[in-house]
Amino acid sequence: MDYLWAFLVGGAICVVGQLLIDIFKLTPAHVTTSFVVLGALLDAFGIYDNLIKFAGAGATVPITSFGHNLLHGAMASAEEHGFIGIAMGIFELTSAGISSAILFGFLVALIFKPKG
Amino acid sequence: MKLQGRQTWKFGDQVYLNSTGTAVGPMESEGPLGSLFDVRYNDLHCNEKNWELAERRLMEDSIASCLGKAKLTNEDINFFLAGDLLNQVVTANYVARGNEIPFLGVFGACSTSMESLAVGAALVDGGFAQRVVAAVSSHNATAERQFRYPTEYGGQKPDTATFTVTGAGAALISSEPSPIRIASATIGKVQDLGIKDPFDMGSAMAPAAADTIMTHLKETGMAPGDYDLIVTGDLSGVGAPIVKMLLKEKGIDVSNNHRDCGLMVYRPDQEVFAGGSGCGCSAVVTYGHLVKELMSGSLKRILVVATGALLNPTMIQQKESIPTIAHAVALEGIKGGSN
Amino acid sequence: MSNKEQQQEYAQKIKPLQPKPPYVINCLKAYLVGGLICVIGEALMKFYMTYFNFNEETAGNPTAATLILIAALLTGIGVYDKIGQFGGAGSAVPVTGFANAVTSAALEHKSEGIVLGIATNLFKLAGAVIVFGAVSAYIFGMIRYAFKTLM
Repeated sequence: MDYLWAFLVGGAICVVGQLLIDIFKLTPAHVTTSFVVLGALLDAFGIYDNLIKFAGAGATVPITSFGHNLLHGAMASAEEHGFIGIAMGIFELTSAGISSAILFGFLVALIFKPKG
Repeated sequence: MKLQGRQTWKFGDQVYLNSTGTAVGPMESEGPLGSLFDVRYNDLHCNEKNWELAERRLMEDSIASCLGKAKLTNEDINFFLAGDLLNQVVTANYVARGNEIPFLGVFGACSTSMESLAVGAALVDGGFAQRVVAAVSSHNATAERQFRYPTEYGGQKPDTATFTVTGAGAALISSEPSPIRIASATIGKVQDLGIKDPFDMGSAMAPAAADTIMTHLKETGMAPGDYDLIVTGDLSGVGAPIVKMLLKEKGIDVSNNHRDCGLMVYRPDQEVFAGGSGCGCSAVVTYGHLVKELMSGSLKRILVVATGALLNPTMIQQKESIPTIAHAVALEGIKGGSN
Repeated sequence: MSNKEQQQEYAQKIKPLQPKPPYVINCLKAYLVGGLICVIGEALMKFYMTYFNFNEETAGNPTAATLILIAALLTGIGVYDKIGQFGGAGSAVPVTGFANAVTSAALEHKSEGIVLGIATNLFKLAGAVIVFGAVSAYIFGMIRYAFKTLM
């Protein structure tokens, strides 16, 4: 069942992105940036956590969860340090994603050659 | 007066296309014209370290094979007219650094092929040069990375997009008789009907092609039927029907003798979206295929209209539309090699 | 230079000749590819929860890292751009699309050297996601925290 919901919800988020590309002529870069902002916005209202409980990886794998994690980290740190904590905690939870993207991106670029 | 009307040059009887050379990448070798090209690479890198070197290799190969057929060396050439799609026409500059022929860089995006041929013919006709080599090149990966996205980026392209031809073509122009005469050329005006989508260059360039064809026919007094073929450069599956429609509106019917190089260079089942583009597209089709048809006599008189989208990614991001241009050169086959 | 009316007239005139994107097929492909990537993510999450010391909250981190590794490798061997042409947003929206944007930019600029080529261009395409994410998280965080402290 978990797999089915992950497929259905994750796929549906991607379809929204596809419609933005095909109908509103957005570039993929515009779509992903809007989705990150959307993820943070949904988290601001506490909605995204419910989506994750429901869909698991269907909600954590799309880039919207990056926005959700950014805000989540900021809010957790704000609990401890107040307003200053918001800036301190932003990258707290997304560290794994960003550092592995930097590391793997760098290593792959070192090893491989573009195929065209 | 060799000027006819406002923008057409009618060359004298002594301007010839003596020899041509072509070099292409893997996709073009597999295309329907594949066997006609002089140098063919199975590897998009053309055995070089990076994409820019690969494109340079293609242009050098096309020139070498062009001069080889004419049994000439670099020293025999007065001027080298060349261009490509990259910033500061780097491919042409570095090839010119190597061959040490007095050099004029030309840029007209994908229309550079006919721009260089027309200017070269004018130099020869005016007595300013004995022999001129005109060469252009484009490479799919160098174009992707400069104009669009990194080659490995997974962005989806729409069906209106074109696929830049990996290839180079070179032509030798002189007053020494040969089976192909360069008859006339029409220099185009920049047109812009507000198309902003860099993935739909066919729609952007069609008005330029229509304007140049119309002007050429008017100023030379020719009818569309006087040409066995009117070939546009890289309008592709989207732009080709548009140019026919635009010409029909002006009472010019090219439905029987119009072809597009972008649709000739690849098979329909190759994954190239709407068709081929780039200055290599019109160059390899003209210099590799059409020239042979003129020599064999199966074509007698053709008009090659190379179309160029003067696209710049920065300008597109600043919400500017795409200016476009087209230059036409008329080629005639002469039976027996002299008149 | 053409005027607005000529441009509009031309746009109208060529509309019937321009192919429309196959909306339904593109959406189905995006659904399929995006859904499958999420299913792989779900399997990875379960794997990390079963065999390693991760719970439902924390398993997202190694999952994202693994997906990023897979996408970076697929970019390196020249496969991800083909998946992207097929899947469209289906492969751009998941975190693998982020990894592809990072890796492809770095790889493409390899010829300009490690520092000025690879490292400088790493975030050329993907940087916008981080900028907009961080700025919006900061703004929403401020507002939410302000509400919370005032209430």
